[in-house]
Amino acid sequence: MPDAKLTVSEGEVKLRRAFANGLKISEESVNETLQYASTPGWDSVAHMALIASLDSTFEIMLDTDDVLDLFSYPKAREILRKYGVQF
Amino acid sequence: MKLLQDRVGWITGASRGIGKATALEAGRHGARLILLARSREGLEETALEIENEGGVRPQIIVCDVAEESSLRAAFGAVHNYTKQLDFLVNNAGILRDAVIGMISTKQIAEVLQTNLISLIQIMQFAARIMMGAKSGSIVNVASIIGRSGNEGQVVYGASKAGVIGATKSAARELAPQGIRVNAVAPGVIATSMIANIPEAKMLELLRTIKMGRLGQAQEVAKVICLLASDYTSYVTGQVVGVDGGMWL
Repeated sequence: MPDAKLTVSEGEVKLRRAFANGLKISEESVNETLQYASTPGWDSVAHMALIASLDSTFEIMLDTDDVLDLFSYPKAREILRKYGVQF
Repeated sequence: MKLLQDRVGWITGASRGIGKATALEAGRHGARLILLARSREGLEETALEIENEGGVRPQIIVCDVAEESSLRAAFGAVHNYTKQLDFLVNNAGILRDAVIGMISTKQIAEVLQTNLISLIQIMQFAARIMMGAKSGSIVNVASIIGRSGNEGQVVYGASKAGVIGATKSAARELAPQGIRVNAVAPGVIATSMIANIPEAKMLELLRTIKMGRLGQAQEVAKVICLLASDYTSYVTGQVVGVDGGMWL
């Protein structure tokens, strides 16, 4: 029988941490509904801080097109998969 | 302690002129440098001179900033080399003079791409690295032509005025992140860029310079290094003329 306990992948943990650091919110506040321009505090300035946080956390360099496409937490996960991050 | 001791700096257009002079000056002040230009030979020469003067041998990146793929590759190279970037000197630029009525669309595109669009892209990339440390200094190389204009330099003047606008806007945006953004506006500097100015025109130009002489690339380089350093830690959004009193 597989272990029924839900586990969170290392990628997910790092993604939450990157969002918390980038948007200056607690890790507990990071969830699937976070969205650019809708979530309080996630404005254009915070977006760049978030990108810097994602770059350094995952040791990647997001392309500008991906920076512009990264408008939500689920979208961030989708984009990071292109860079080899596993969730 | 030297002005830029152990600071990591990235200088574009570092194979000649003001860029090269800035690289040499920053090297003398202890900076660890990444130099970018189109000419490998020119970069190697600059790197060797820095090393011969006792500086840290710089990393070199051969890149044409006007080509997007080349610029992307350069971003990758910088990112692989360092996660620390203390200062950026955005110096790469081209000069293509033409009077109104003789300006081609290709010419406009080339000048704006190299002098302004690429400069903004490089500034944006550098800011991303600097944001991690919440500090950094960006120095954009504008021109007195971007402030006062000049006959035959509609496109160049527009590109350099754009650099000034971009500098001021970026300074406002990045100040809360601890990143300073300033520009220098050189006057007539003795580099290869002015080699083709006719003698009569040069004499006319000299008459407009209050100090009565051309500037030297090293004189611009020193101001750039000062703006890159902590000596100007409370200075941002400024355009510093290095023009011998031409802009008064």
